[in-house]
Amino acid sequence: MNLFFENDVFIVTLTFVAFFTAKKIQEKTRIILLNPILVAIIMIISFLFLFKIDFEVYHKGSKLIAFFLKPAIVALGVPLYQQIDKIKIQAVPILVSQLVGCLVGVVSVVLIAKWMGAPRDIILSLAPKSVTTPIAMEVSKTIGGIPPLTASVVILVGIFGSIFGYGIMKFTRIKSSLAQGISMGTAAHVVGTSKSMEISQNFGAMSSIGLIVNGVLTALLAPYILELLNYLGLF
Amino acid sequence: MKQVVIVLVCLLIGELIVYVTGVKLPSSIIGMLLLTLFLQLGWVKSSTVSGISNFLTQNMAFFFVPPGVAIMLYLEVIQASFWPILTASLVSTILVLAITGWTHQLFMDNKHVLPKKNKNSQH
Repeated sequence: MNLFFENDVFIVTLTFVAFFTAKKIQEKTRIILLNPILVAIIMIISFLFLFKIDFEVYHKGSKLIAFFLKPAIVALGVPLYQQIDKIKIQAVPILVSQLVGCLVGVVSVVLIAKWMGAPRDIILSLAPKSVTTPIAMEVSKTIGGIPPLTASVVILVGIFGSIFGYGIMKFTRIKSSLAQGISMGTAAHVVGTSKSMEISQNFGAMSSIGLIVNGVLTALLAPYILELLNYLGLF
Repeated sequence: MKQVVIVLVCLLIGELIVYVTGVKLPSSIIGMLLLTLFLQLGWVKSSTVSGISNFLTQNMAFFFVPPGVAIMLYLEVIQASFWPILTASLVSTILVLAITGWTHQLFMDNKHVLPKKNKNSQH
């Protein structure tokens, strides 16, 4: 029976069923904490524990699903194109807010982790945590972090952002919808963007901008920001 | 079928650009920018790809379930520095959300409101 559970088709089906169920739970309860990604992850982990299936086995089988993240990111080009006129008129706010967001994202996480006594390789793994998994892992590798740890933290940040992001922005009085959309993408990458996409395609498009611009800026600037912090003796 | 080909070709050109130039950006991000460019140039009509685009972008969260489960593979490293990792990432995320939003609002003269309804939603 366990061998059957290790079948790729079973693993893919398990993941679909878990996410479908998690989405239904979210629709029925409307409880914001019951985020579909989070609930699906917990259901699958419990299942793997219960039937003593190795996480490596699940990881291998589920690569079939993880692959589709790439075409999904490509597909974000459509809402981006539909919003292109709105983007053009706010080129300056976008550029400035993204530069600031990139800087805050890297500097704050490094300083807090350093202050709390985390080891150097862990701190470096956290530095690119705001940007989407493929970019974050690339940056992590470049600066000497642990890429798989970076990937885990990226997911954690994304789920946190998608659950609490719009609440936090209400609390911090960010009233402009454009600013809300873009901040979600800047802080919580693709997971935040998927949350925005559920509100509307316009919010989703703004988040895609934050996701892309901060992703590119972080890839380009993170090594230099860390060097600067090092030079200043802060890290 | 045509729309699947368009999306995959954009991704493939992205992969090719990464392979040839060695640029440190994910192929998917390059593919997204290419698709936007092709739409802008009129080489691809947005109505042609809207079906697959809606499906993929509205269910994007799903593709994060497997990497989320993979956290269990790094449990030991995470446990060893649990509080620094958790506090630093979450506080930093709050700061990024707030400060990015404030900056954008500051540089944007008038407050825009976006419609909260999808025009071609599947829900």
